[in-house]
Amino acid sequence: MAEPRLIEISPVTRVEGHGKVTIHLDAAGEVDEARLHIVEFRGFERFIRGRLLWEVPVIVQRLCGICPVSHHLAAAKAMDMIVGVDALPPTAEKMRRLMHYGQVMQSHVLHFFHLAAPDLLFGFDAAPERRNIFEVLKDQPELGRRAIAMRRFGQEIIEATAGKKIHGTGAIPGGINRNLPLETRDALLAQMEDMEAWSMDALALARDYTLEHAGIIGSFAAFGSNYMSLVREEDGALDLYHGALRALTSTGEPIFDKLDYTRYAEKLIEDVRPWSYMKFPYIKTLGSERGWYRVGPLARMNTVDFIDTPKAEAARQELRDITAGRPQHAILANHWARMVEVVHCIEKVRELLNDPDLQGTDLVAKGERRREGIGVIEAPRGNLIHHYEVDENDQVTYCNLIVSTTHNNEGLNRAVKDVAVSHLSGRREITEGMLNHVEVAVRAYDPCLSCATHALGQMPLRVELYDAEGGLVAERIRDH
Amino acid sequence: MSGFTFTIDGAEISAEEGQTIMEAADAAGVYIPRLCDHEGLRHQGGCRVCTVKANGRSASSCTEPAAPGLAVESETPHINKLRRDLVEMLFHEGNHLCPICEASGNCELQAMAYRLDMTEPTKFPYLEPCRAVDASHPDIALDTNRCISCGRCIRASQDVDGKGIFGYVGRGIHRHVAVNAPALSDTDATVADFAISPEVCPVGCIIRKRQGFERPIGEREFDKAVIGAEIERKRDE
Repeated sequence: MAEPRLIEISPVTRVEGHGKVTIHLDAAGEVDEARLHIVEFRGFERFIRGRLLWEVPVIVQRLCGICPVSHHLAAAKAMDMIVGVDALPPTAEKMRRLMHYGQVMQSHVLHFFHLAAPDLLFGFDAAPERRNIFEVLKDQPELGRRAIAMRRFGQEIIEATAGKKIHGTGAIPGGINRNLPLETRDALLAQMEDMEAWSMDALALARDYTLEHAGIIGSFAAFGSNYMSLVREEDGALDLYHGALRALTSTGEPIFDKLDYTRYAEKLIEDVRPWSYMKFPYIKTLGSERGWYRVGPLARMNTVDFIDTPKAEAARQELRDITAGRPQHAILANHWARMVEVVHCIEKVRELLNDPDLQGTDLVAKGERRREGIGVIEAPRGNLIHHYEVDENDQVTYCNLIVSTTHNNEGLNRAVKDVAVSHLSGRREITEGMLNHVEVAVRAYDPCLSCATHALGQMPLRVELYDAEGGLVAERIRDH
Repeated sequence: MSGFTFTIDGAEISAEEGQTIMEAADAAGVYIPRLCDHEGLRHQGGCRVCTVKANGRSASSCTEPAAPGLAVESETPHINKLRRDLVEMLFHEGNHLCPICEASGNCELQAMAYRLDMTEPTKFPYLEPCRAVDASHPDIALDTNRCISCGRCIRASQDVDGKGIFGYVGRGIHRHVAVNAPALSDTDATVADFAISPEVCPVGCIIRKRQGFERPIGEREFDKAVIGAEIERKRDE
C-alpha cells in the first residue's frame, strides 16, 4: 500500500522574500493540506518604537528593496496626519504622486518581465534552467532590453523625486523636500514616447497571452473571493495614492464603500496561525471563513468604477468584458491587470511632468499635532496600511503594518492548495514541472514575503511533500 | 613674533610661534583628518584621528606645537591605516546606521570613513549599544547610540555657552557623554546654544527636532565635496 507523502518546495523562487510551500498527500496520493509558509521574521513594528516621527518614512521603507516608495509614502501619509496636515501643498502631493507612479510602474515591469515572463514565454513545464530573465534576454533580446529600460525609467523618476533610486528621503511629514528642476523634467519627458509605446506593447503581450491561454487561465486557481482597494472617494476611479476603502464580494456586491481609511480597524481584523509569520486579515463582519479578501492589480480592476486615463481605461474595459463586467477571479489575469496599471502610470507620469506645479516652491504644510496617524496607499501588490501612535516627545509608541501580501495571505494559501489538488493529487511521481505550477500560482500574486513579515533575509523558497505520518517524502529547494 | 617653517610630507609649511601643527597646516591648505577638533573650540587631542609623526614620534597634530625644522608625516599609508582603524572602531562602538540616519551626508564620521576609504567593516565586533533616545526636550533630541565621545558639545557648552550642560560620566570604556540633569528637558539647553548647533555635533547624536530630512540627498555638505576640501581649497587660492 502506498505511503502518505510530504512535498516541500523550498525556497519558492522568483518572488520577493523567503518562503516555502508544503503539500501533504494522504495514502491515496490525494492532497490533504497545502500551505505557503513565510519563514522570515523582521520585527519592524517593534523596533520602530522609540524612534522619532520624522525618521519613520525613512526607516520603514527598508522593509523592501522592490517597493520602498510605497512604504515611504504610506508612512509619510501617516506622519502628515500626526503633524496635523490634512492637505499637502500641490507641489508636495504631485511630487509624491509622481514618485509613486514611477514606483508602481517599475515594480510591475520587474514582476512581469523579470519574474513571471519565463513561465509565460517558455511554459510552466519548461526546463528550470530556462526559466529566468537571462533566457528571456537570449530568446527575445529586444523585449528584454525594453523591460530593463522601462524599469530604469521608473527608477529615474524615483531618483528625481526621492534623491535615490532605492531608499530615498523625498517625503517628509507634511510635504516633500524637493521640487522637480526643469532639466530633470525635460530629461524624463524625452523618454516618454518610448515608454508610452513600450507600455502598450507590454499590455498587448499580457492581454494576448491571457486570451490565448484562456482555457488554462480560467481553470488555474481561478476561485472567487472578496476584493478590497482604495478608490477615489468622489467618483470611484482608480487612485493609487489616495482615496477611500471599498470592498466587494466575489459577485461584485458592496461590503463597504467610501470608508475613511483611518477607520480600517473597524472593518478589518488580523488572525494569527502557528505555522506562518504572516498574519491572516479578514473582514470582521463576515468572519475569517467568509471574510478573507484579496488585493492587488486584479482586485483593483474589480473594485474601481473606471480609470481616469484613456488608454488604461480602454484596456480595463477590455479586461472586464471577459467576465461581462463582473469580478475577474483568474489569478493569472493579474499579469494583464498589472500591465493596465503600467499604461495608467505612464499616462499619469506624462500628465504630471507637464504640470508646472512640480516646479513650485511651497513644499511643506504645518498643522496641529495629533497622537495617531494612519496612512493607506495602493502599493504595486495592493493595499498597504501603516498605523502609528506618537507621544508628546515625538517618539513612536505603536506601529501596525498591514502589507499587500498579508492581505492576500488566505488567497495565496488557497491558490497553493487549488493548484496542488489539480496538478499533484493522485500522481505517483511528482515532477519539477508540476511543482513549478504551484510556484506560478504564488508568483501571480507577486508576493513580497519580506514585506509581509516585515522580515530580513534572502529569498529562497522550498516545496515539501509530507506523508500522513508527517514524514518528508519529497523536497525541492532552490536558493536563488 | 617670528615666523618659521617646518615640513609636512616634505612640503614646506610656514608657521607662527604658538601654532599647533594642525593650525599651521590648515592655514597652508594642508588638511589633516580630525573628528574631535572644531574651529572655535579649544583643542582636546582626544579622538587621535589627527595623529601624525613629528620627527618620528606619534602626536596629535591638534595639540602638538609646530616647531622650526619639524619633519611631520601625515598622508602616509601607515598613518592613514591607523586613522581608518580608529574610525572603524567608532563605527563599531555605536549604532551608526547611515541609511536611516538623518545626519547622513552631513556626518563627519561618515565623511571621514569615505575619505579614508573605509567602505565596510573589516575586523571589529559591533558592540551594538542599546541606549534610550532622550527626546524629552521640545526642540532637541539626543540619540547617544550615535555619540563618538568627541566632546565637542562639552567644550561648546562649557566654554562658549557657559552652561556646562554636557559632560562625561563613567570610566574607561564605559565613559560616555551625558547631560547634567535626569533628562535634556530638565536642563536649560536651547536651540540658540552653540553646543546644539548642527556644526558642533559631528554625527547624528544631537538632533534638532522635526528637521531631519528637510535637506534632500545630493544637497548635503559632504554630497558635494569630500571632508577637508574647504581647507585644501586654500592651497589652490
